[in-house]
Amino acid sequence: MNKAELLKSMREAIVAGDRGAAASLAAEAVRAGLDPAEVVETGYVPGIQRVGELWEQGEYFLPELISSAEAMKSAMAVLEPELRSRRIETRPGGRIVIGTVEGDIHDIGKNLVASMLQAAGYEVFDLGADVKLERFIEEAEKTGARTICLSALLTTTMSNQKRFIGLLREKGLREKYRVLVGGAPASRKWADEIGADGYAENAVAAVKLVKSLEPGGGA
Amino acid sequence: MIATRRPKLELLNGNLVEKIVDEGLTLLERQGVWVENAEALDLLGEAGAVIERASQRARLGRKLVEACLASTPPSIRLYDAAGENEYVVGGDEVHFNPGSAAVTILDHDTQEERKAATRDLVDFYKLVETLEHLHFQSTGLISYDVPSAIADCYRLYLGLRLSAKPFVTGTFRVEGFKPMKDCLAAVRGGERELRLKPLAIFDACPSPPLKWSNLTTQSLVDCARAGIPSELISMGMTGATSLATISGTLVQHVAENLCGLAICQVAAPGSPVIFGGSPSSFDMRKGTTPMGAVETMMIDAAYAQIGKFLKLPTHAYMALSDAKVNDPQAGFETALGAVLGALAGVNVISGPGMLDFESAQSLEKLVIDDGICAMVYRLLDGIAQREDPIALDKFEGFTPETKLLAHPHTRQWYRKEHILAGLADRDPYEAWVTAGRTSIVDKAHTDVARRLEKYVPPPLGADVRGELDRIMAAYARAAGIDRLPVWEL
Repeated sequence: MNKAELLKSMREAIVAGDRGAAASLAAEAVRAGLDPAEVVETGYVPGIQRVGELWEQGEYFLPELISSAEAMKSAMAVLEPELRSRRIETRPGGRIVIGTVEGDIHDIGKNLVASMLQAAGYEVFDLGADVKLERFIEEAEKTGARTICLSALLTTTMSNQKRFIGLLREKGLREKYRVLVGGAPASRKWADEIGADGYAENAVAAVKLVKSLEPGGGA
Repeated sequence: MIATRRPKLELLNGNLVEKIVDEGLTLLERQGVWVENAEALDLLGEAGAVIERASQRARLGRKLVEACLASTPPSIRLYDAAGENEYVVGGDEVHFNPGSAAVTILDHDTQEERKAATRDLVDFYKLVETLEHLHFQSTGLISYDVPSAIADCYRLYLGLRLSAKPFVTGTFRVEGFKPMKDCLAAVRGGERELRLKPLAIFDACPSPPLKWSNLTTQSLVDCARAGIPSELISMGMTGATSLATISGTLVQHVAENLCGLAICQVAAPGSPVIFGGSPSSFDMRKGTTPMGAVETMMIDAAYAQIGKFLKLPTHAYMALSDAKVNDPQAGFETALGAVLGALAGVNVISGPGMLDFESAQSLEKLVIDDGICAMVYRLLDGIAQREDPIALDKFEGFTPETKLLAHPHTRQWYRKEHILAGLADRDPYEAWVTAGRTSIVDKAHTDVARRLEKYVPPPLGADVRGELDRIMAAYARAAGIDRLPVWEL
């Protein structure tokens, strides 16, 4: 397979959600001595972008979306050691802390967002479900993440998203972090009301939101 | 006279029922279930299950589960607060109760969902008390003005003060069970009396796939020992927390529910258990759990058929909708579920009043849905041969001038054969226009006010009221809460 064919196959493997192919193509690229950063940018990333388009067109549903995100992960697992050895930032998108707020054990939606962010090149620190609010801050301080995503599925627990903003203010850290909220009962109006930096209604929208909020991201 | 046929729906081929049960039992034996409760693991272990302590995993052999099935009563009798009206939960009996538990109420005036307060819960209980086709109450709203540490008991306490119907309820905390049981015993006149005449069903939900949490397992153990029926609410979401195929989801449903049943039986052999659930077809675009999807209703009707095969009382979350207001979707999803559930012979159908993926309740919808339930009960009564001959004798001496409207036969039978119209519009067009083009939702709103006006509180003795107040106050104090929301009858 020449380089152009390889890159095309990588894109196709991601669109098809084929984990095995995505990883073996990455290994082939490494053996051929290709630049791993170029492979990610011109092979895999166009694939996940196409998946986002197919989702928005109503062609793809959650199983396709998640399979593609998983394929992306398996390719990155092969390429990351190469990128690191060349001292290339493995996750150019930056770091993100995510979790479902305390009192709430629902994590399907949060997992979707975490997977899509990972697939889009972010380093995601997923704290799981029923996460104490202080833990989000501790993890962000420890990892250097600047974006914190809070999920809540219950109207009874979404108030914790509001409490979290208050907690950041108390600690004098509000300006340091971008706080994004999501989950069934959340809305753009709710995000505005509690002073969050953004709201996304689904995993694809969440990736767009995070990108738009980056310095120079156009928001 | 020819016997009346009760209309009945069976979705599964009998061989498929047996295969699903067989795979469910094998799954329990090979894969097992995670039970995050040390006491239940001990009990299961003593009864012969293979326990893996470190991972909290229990593998239940076929013999153990079959023995547990054999010791579970095939039907349960619930009684109202006075202990007079008896409701059989078993056979093909059908009892509707409001869907539970919502955190918001649809405000008729604004047509917006808002957080439910204690005053809303009071109206909810009073209204349901007047709705004759909802045989059971539910602790159906979680009010935001009550601290969460006591919310489970408080909603039952309030319900017992306001309603005489049997309850469907459940715990939010392990500590909630004792005061809730004490409240029930206070109304019934003692723990032994409560065991003989249960007043409430407690819901307990496994966490799919194949896990029973500490809270819900403890509820099973506590209820079994007190003789309170546990309703097992397995709730796989197709393709997300259970297999994408309906039959695959049913296998998991059987395994999860039978593990719950076994926990009840090893805690107290012979304890009452209901084979229920709240599974759903998972929406692969929105990531939501539509209760109004036809596939959800198919799963429900099918596991009810399996429950009957296992000779167990059954329950399902049906007759509810995912619509956000009382629009056509709210009506068709609710009616479709009510009809299918009833035809499947589901004994306890939780759903009326509910909107928005089990998260909202609407008083207007409760009234509309009560009318749906009335039609469903009529449907279940079937078509009877009332007389012999059926018709021939009525045609003797018949002429074109014969007025059937004035015929004694009409007067004799029309009220028995036909239910009188509820809120559904049956006006001729012009009359409907003249009457102001009123929608069923507006009529329901007027009816809610009328019903709340005519509500009569249950005749609780002063001593019982005092005892309920004392139990509630003590539980609140123990949780560090010294004030409860003020409410009035």
